[in-house]
Amino acid sequence: MTTEVTNVLFEVMPHFEGYVYPNEATQQPLWSILIVLYPYITGLVAGAFIMASLVRVFNVRALEPVYRLSLLTAFAFLLCAPLPLLFHLGHPERCLEVMMTPHLTSPMAIFGFVYAWYLMAVLLLELWFDYREDLVRWSETTPGFQGILYRLFTVGVMDVRKPALELDHKIGHILSIIGIPSAFLLHGYVGFIFGSIKANPWWGNALMPIIFIMSAMVSGIALCIFNYMVLSWIRRKAIDMKCLDTMCKFLFYALVMDGAIEALDWIHRIYSAEEGFQVIQYMAREKLFYTLSVGQLAFGTLVPLLLLGVLQLIRLRVPEVMRRRMYFTSSALVLIGVLAMRWNVVIGGQTFSKSLRGVMSYKMEFAGLEGWFMGAILLALPFIILTVMVKLFLSEKLATTPPWEPPTAGAGQRPDFRTEPVRP
Amino acid sequence: MSNQLSRRSILGKIGATLAGVLAAPVARTAKAAVQKVLVTTGAPKGYDPTRHKWVMAIDANRCIGCGLCAEACKKENHVPEGAFFRTWIERYVITKPKPESGETRGETLVDCPDGGMHGFPALSIPKEEIQHSFFVPKLCNLCHHSPCVQVCPVGATFDTPDGAVLIDPKYCIGCGFCIQACPYGCRFLNPVTKTAEKCTLCYHRITRGLKPACVEICPTQSRVFGDLKNPAPDDPLEKFYQNNRVQALKPHLGTEPRVLYAGIDKEVR
Repeated sequence: MTTEVTNVLFEVMPHFEGYVYPNEATQQPLWSILIVLYPYITGLVAGAFIMASLVRVFNVRALEPVYRLSLLTAFAFLLCAPLPLLFHLGHPERCLEVMMTPHLTSPMAIFGFVYAWYLMAVLLLELWFDYREDLVRWSETTPGFQGILYRLFTVGVMDVRKPALELDHKIGHILSIIGIPSAFLLHGYVGFIFGSIKANPWWGNALMPIIFIMSAMVSGIALCIFNYMVLSWIRRKAIDMKCLDTMCKFLFYALVMDGAIEALDWIHRIYSAEEGFQVIQYMAREKLFYTLSVGQLAFGTLVPLLLLGVLQLIRLRVPEVMRRRMYFTSSALVLIGVLAMRWNVVIGGQTFSKSLRGVMSYKMEFAGLEGWFMGAILLALPFIILTVMVKLFLSEKLATTPPWEPPTAGAGQRPDFRTEPVRP
Repeated sequence: MSNQLSRRSILGKIGATLAGVLAAPVARTAKAAVQKVLVTTGAPKGYDPTRHKWVMAIDANRCIGCGLCAEACKKENHVPEGAFFRTWIERYVITKPKPESGETRGETLVDCPDGGMHGFPALSIPKEEIQHSFFVPKLCNLCHHSPCVQVCPVGATFDTPDGAVLIDPKYCIGCGFCIQACPYGCRFLNPVTKTAEKCTLCYHRITRGLKPACVEICPTQSRVFGDLKNPAPDDPLEKFYQNNRVQALKPHLGTEPRVLYAGIDKEVR
């Protein structure tokens, strides 16, 4: 229990309790921080996309102000999703083998295709069809390099007549509908990578893909809330409280479902108490106490559930400033909690021996490929990409036509957070 | 009716079936040819894997824990120093139950210092408190349904027709998925080559008519090795299977290991 804290502060030599197979007695777990970040980032993608689909497919009009921000968030994170996986490989230069000669019984091989499908066929296309009209207009009105960029993004399709725009709208809608199962598939598959390992009682679990999908939705919605609030704060724009309330309502529902499924998983584990349960119990009580009980359960699930739950009941009686703070705290806590959940799955699954007779301690280094520093960079990278994208595609200076508007309507007339009055 | 059978359609279907039947061996040959060129196995030219079925069996009753096998394996296969083993030996000590505890047996203590390569230190438990004590050599279990082969994203690890489970080091991307999937802890990521590695039954030796290094050096014939398709006269494998009731490791996982053990206990995982 204490090693988790001391490891942060200073170097502790790895040590083993009980018996571990000799090949497991290594300095570092085989999959460490990079593989923790991989499902985390992928989950954020899937969740942010579901958030956008709520507007497009399920017609939740209140969420319109964050539609494009959610899509861009999903895209920025999707671009970074395979990076941790790639960096972690012993031979990254051979990575294309996964696509060229995939072994079809491997969940990891299929992930390559699911990823490519999601990136190329869903997200990129949807963004393009959504933005096409704007891109054409911006390419004509924006001078300099930025204008050239917009022109490049149009890929030469400059037709903005009504039938063309109607077709864009239709295709965008279809892509959104295809996108929902694709997002589930994307993250369900990540869950399956772990769930399919029957050798590991911590991972091998039929519920794993569902747990991953639910926690992805939770983290993605929380990220959209976080991004929206931070962006509004940076731009000194008033937050659309109706939109924020609705987002947080969805976060609450998703969190309830996520918590219920994870609780079900634990109830099943405890009740069936299969082989390896003792070591799992020891892990939860000792090795993963801070990340599981404190990080994931208390701060990542229970506190946000309480805050959001209270707001569902007495929202109107809580002043706006207070509400905003509670929402922000909840979303930040959920983001940390889901990161802790990924940590618990990935690292937890490797800190006990498959002999089920011993446990290992994990010492995370600071520098190096699998260290804190690299982890922080990889986590910051999607935010940097998102910042560039927001500058390019959610610019305050450029008028936009959101895709739910009829194609002939004028641009920039909708009250979204870019055009609202400055907060006093 | 438009979907009535006509002579043309029947002939067409027969033709397609025939073409499929004829194409199958061609495809198989092509696959074998491609594998021959692309897959690195360490077998000599002219070796036909379809004519052999190699397997090892372990008679734990005979093992004295000398550790020569683990040492020989490291040297023969250039296994890196440190916590990397293609084969190793575990020592199990099961103590007697405490008086009036109502238990059938006491604690199970397992150790494996340095893979058992340099033997084992003397036990600190007094002899009279020990119920059972024995050594268990471990190696790749050569599963019928190998989870490691199943999960490899690029097919760099594969079942050979002669029973070995091999890794192509020139194709392995070093993702470590197979290491996670092996329930027996038999695989490791070689820190030098950055690829997965495991017991190959000394494939470079057995395909040249030699025995694996560990079998060759074992002074008590605790490791029994042979070719099921070409049994030797007075075959040790045949005798082993005839004289022992055998057990596989972690049978509940459904991997169906081909390496079978005699003389182990339920505590062995």
